Amino acid sequence: MPLPFLDDFRQGQHVRALLEQLAEHAATLERPARIMEVCGTHTMAISRHGIRQAIPESLALISGPGCPVCVTANADIDAFIEIALLPNVIATTFGDMLRVPGTRMGLAQARGQGARVQIVYSTLDALKLARENPDATVIFFGIGFETTAPTVAAALVEAHESNIDNFMVLSAHKVVPPALAALCATPGLAVDAFLCPGHVTAIIGPEAYRQVVDDFGIPCVIAGFEPADILQSLTMLVDQIAAGRSEVELQYSRGVRPEGNPTAMAMIDRVFEPCDAEWRGLGVIPGSGLAIREEFAAHDAARRFPVDVSYSREPAGCLCGAILTGIKSPRDCPLFSRGCTPDHPIGPCMVSSEGTCAAYFQYEI
Amino acid sequence: MSKQPDSRILLAHGSGGRLTHELIEQVFGKTLANPILDRMDDAATFDIEGRLAFTTDSHVVSPIFFPGGDIGRLSLTGTVNDLAMMGAKPLYISAGFIIEEGLPFADLETIVASMGDTAHEAGVQVVAGDTKVVERGAADGIFITTSGIGLIPPGVQISATGAMPGDAIIVSGAIGDHGATILSKREGMDFDVELQSDCAPLGGLVADMLAAAPGIHVLRDPTRGGVAATLNEIAASSEVDIEIEEERIPYRAEVRAVCELLGLDPMVLANEGKLVAFVAAEDAGQVFEAMKKNRYGSLATKIGRVRKIESSRPRVYARTVLGSRRILSMPTGEQLPRIC
Repeated sequence: MPLPFLDDFRQGQHVRALLEQLAEHAATLERPARIMEVCGTHTMAISRHGIRQAIPESLALISGPGCPVCVTANADIDAFIEIALLPNVIATTFGDMLRVPGTRMGLAQARGQGARVQIVYSTLDALKLARENPDATVIFFGIGFETTAPTVAAALVEAHESNIDNFMVLSAHKVVPPALAALCATPGLAVDAFLCPGHVTAIIGPEAYRQVVDDFGIPCVIAGFEPADILQSLTMLVDQIAAGRSEVELQYSRGVRPEGNPTAMAMIDRVFEPCDAEWRGLGVIPGSGLAIREEFAAHDAARRFPVDVSYSREPAGCLCGAILTGIKSPRDCPLFSRGCTPDHPIGPCMVSSEGTCAAYFQYEI
Repeated sequence: MSKQPDSRILLAHGSGGRLTHELIEQVFGKTLANPILDRMDDAATFDIEGRLAFTTDSHVVSPIFFPGGDIGRLSLTGTVNDLAMMGAKPLYISAGFIIEEGLPFADLETIVASMGDTAHEAGVQVVAGDTKVVERGAADGIFITTSGIGLIPPGVQISATGAMPGDAIIVSGAIGDHGATILSKREGMDFDVELQSDCAPLGGLVADMLAAAPGIHVLRDPTRGGVAATLNEIAASSEVDIEIEEERIPYRAEVRAVCELLGLDPMVLANEGKLVAFVAAEDAGQVFEAMKKNRYGSLATKIGRVRKIESSRPRVYARTVLGSRRILSMPTGEQLPRIC
């Protein structure tokens, strides 16, 4: 039985027709094109549906820094683990983080050492835990881009207004546009177009890519996540490249409004303010992080639990940084599938549900 | 035996004394009655000639009652199906119970009644059993271990190592029902559509399939790890490649919808009333027709083929909606705990 809103975008007949159309349009390109997908969910979808193998050889799809877990620096992960190991702390996080290795250990190992670690599906679950455990401090690890930040902001507002004093957030949230600009400004960047994240853009709105298209002249198409969406978006990008245009175009019109989501953006702004943040692979990018405002300081785990993570290092031999900026591909990493696997990961790219190495390991031939 | 509506299992019910005997006679013995069990000997005795299959399964599913079944039914189907996957006619079952003090009596009666009904449907007898009661907190409600013996007809040689290049791969019905149901109940999710476990005994289906073609190469029920795990296991054991077509795999719409919502792949979810068959190409047509005529095979679908290994090791490939190929990996790490 067909599922509405899903099968139409996956049906073989439609998808194969779009693939043919992409091939026709790609034939007009004067030289091969390199397209970067910025969003980890796109990376997974591309591998999951065998899109890399199916598209014309003249198109190379490279993965970018779109996996929030993967771009979180080890120093931030180590800080959360240090806090998790403190007495009377319940450390809460989305499922992905459990197996991401920090410098000394991951959360799963911390749990083995007695840390109380609880996986939650939403920040509301973490708030509920705080209400139910008044003698413990519940710390939520805030990882994610603009798609996640509004819900964490809402939880902080509720904690503040309801005086849930034992609920705190350690924010490692990041925002996408400064990172894209930093990427564009990287000397030697070989990217002809960006496949832009559908759900982040649902929040920030298509105008967020104005600098990328105007100042750097790189075409942007905001894409949905089904095979039909991705193929149509690639065709739109190919058309822009062939015509020498650089515009922001919206393919994912069923998911993104032209104005984005002002309510969500206001919620982010109420609770967070921009700060400098370290991105694995990109270094420190000014204004790319979200720090909790002074008004909510009582719920800011960074202020309330300062920890020493001077020992933080990125893992030796791990190419996650280069993979996140599209310079290297997972198979270029000597550790890929030799010592670094989803069950025994060395870097986050192999264990995150949106990680490039995880996508290659699981799906690519 | 107290029949108050709120009466519960006590430690004394497991002590071997009067209460234990009452429990055995009035619940287990009465509900599962058969000539062998009725003798209440220390062990069941029976005469069998021929090649036997023997298996065991422990059941710790949580929750113990779920749409489409309960731990009682599951404890029977789990073992019956393991026997059936060897081509054996399941005959005799033993059942060991570890019950947590405080389990409502009515729950135990429902579970045992469910076992009796399922045994009757599967054509097997529960001929031996054991009951222990542990203090509150030392078990979670009830755990059941069943073992089973079955008789393999002559000419049947089914093994995980038996898949051959050219074999057709047939799945007996829609995939992912049990895992999706348990997960949604575990997370306390309520949907407008009712998800149901597919928990069912497959001895009859297998008998029909073997009647159509005794030389079936491989049968396996895709429980923990789902069809993805099963295909990878068979590819490795038989040292072959497998290629399936994604668009052909049957799913119930509600299972697909729940999986989309929760970001799950139905291919890695457990099934408790399905099988995957690897059949020589020349037999595939007849086996397929026989499956469709059985109530547990009515949605049987050919999903792929076995091939010779093309790279350095056995792989499972899936042909996507685009017509290209991707790997179908062995599921890693995060399996759902206490699914069966």
